[in-house]
Amino acid sequence: MSEQIICSNAALGYEDGIVTEGLNFTVSSGDYLCILGENGSGKSTLIKAILGLKPQVSGEIRYCGDFSAKDIGYLPQQTPVQRDFPASVREIVLSGCISKLKFRPFYSAAEKKLADDNMNQLGILNLKNRCYRDLSGGQQQRVLLARALCAASKMLLLDEPVTGLDSIAQNTLYEHITKLNKKGITIIMVSHDISSAVKYASHILHISKKQLFFGTKSDYIKSSVGRLFLESEAAENE
Amino acid sequence: MSDIISTLQYYFSHPFVWYALIVGLLIALCSSLLGVSLVLKRFSFIGDGLSHVAFGAMAVAAVTGITDRMIIILPLTVLSAVLILRTGRNTKIRGDASVAMISVGALAIGYMLMNIFPVSSNISADVCGSLFGSTSMLTLKESDVWLCLIMSVIVLVFYVVFYNRIFSVTFDESFSKATGINADGYNLLIAIITAIIIVIAMNLVGSLLISALIIFPALSAMRIFKSFRSVTICSAIISVVCAGMGIILSILCSTPVGATIVTSDLGAFFIFSIVGAVTSRKRPTAQ
Repeated sequence: MSEQIICSNAALGYEDGIVTEGLNFTVSSGDYLCILGENGSGKSTLIKAILGLKPQVSGEIRYCGDFSAKDIGYLPQQTPVQRDFPASVREIVLSGCISKLKFRPFYSAAEKKLADDNMNQLGILNLKNRCYRDLSGGQQQRVLLARALCAASKMLLLDEPVTGLDSIAQNTLYEHITKLNKKGITIIMVSHDISSAVKYASHILHISKKQLFFGTKSDYIKSSVGRLFLESEAAENE
Repeated sequence: MSDIISTLQYYFSHPFVWYALIVGLLIALCSSLLGVSLVLKRFSFIGDGLSHVAFGAMAVAAVTGITDRMIIILPLTVLSAVLILRTGRNTKIRGDASVAMISVGALAIGYMLMNIFPVSSNISADVCGSLFGSTSMLTLKESDVWLCLIMSVIVLVFYVVFYNRIFSVTFDESFSKATGINADGYNLLIAIITAIIIVIAMNLVGSLLISALIIFPALSAMRIFKSFRSVTICSAIISVVCAGMGIILSILCSTPVGATIVTSDLGAFFIFSIVGAVTSRKRPTAQ
């Protein structure tokens, strides 16, 4: 297992204040890391930092070896613009290859094949000519997941991928993500669904203004932070 | 029928009518292409705001008495495009409010300047001309046609070459940024090109009606078509057909050119809406 991202003592934020600090974690190839935290705990700032879009205020976030920001496939949260966007599934998945274009204006046959393969992998090849806005929420997320796979094959960074999905669609999506992880793709998933995080992830990073926990899932369940949050979640569900 | 043909024959024997037709179709084509992106990105208001700025800039240019008014109008409008885009986010005055402010402000200043420093004896005709498109459409010089032709070719080449990137940035800015696309740069470029098209189109339909050229074809195409490419192509075709029809109708019925084109765009929108509603009812929606 080789390390891909090492974050040491990083503080993130804007000019007018630190959002989150004391971040120390390592992501290795094949990991399934779940980043947990309340709203406003700095999750979205951390995403930007991992993607290399926002430099940290202090500390270091380092890509190891030949790993770079280009190897991260990103699945952002849906925007209102997308919900009624007139685009076919194929157009959207293919747009994941955009960074492979370099100076060419159009996609090559190899890129079109990559898009087809990724749609096939996620079971949406039969939807390829359908309109994105006519799909169900779960299908839409799989389209965006296929697009992220076209962009990068080493790591996927998923921002609250199951938000707004019904429980069946959530499970399908989680299973697809686990399948991809088993093929060797590193997964980083931001979530506030603690029970699923504990069920599927291999590592947990829990932040709230500062880092509360980083380690393997089994350590998290035993830790005081983990126990507290799992209990409060269980209480909420009752 | 033979009356109509002979009237058209008479008009089209004059080069200025051809000029008007060529310029009209080119502007319609360019504005409809950009329109797809602007409407989908919820930027339709930019066209409206910029057209009022262009009106104000024209008033300023008229007052200064420069013969080539483009020297003032074009930079001012482009500058406003950049400003609107910048203030659209992360500022105290939110996007829609700031556009409304800039657009009404420019309109007021323009009208005031035209009144304080009247260039001709008939102010209301001047104002009406710049707001609703004037007969200047029919006084285009050959050089105007060339300018328009060159600008249109630039816009078309830009659109085709960057088509895939425009799609990516329009559909998902966060993803595009994460994959290393300069999304802000493309937004800026789109705003600047919109500003240029608006300035050129002002002669044709007038500054109040320009946004119609930008948004109607795209909205009509979206009623029926389901992929980005088909929406773009359909929008271009609708726009060119409506502009051609509008210009010919305005010649035949001696109606104002701008208003006639926009009315035919509006007609197309209704037809496409009805067809869209009927076809989507037949087709089962996905679950």
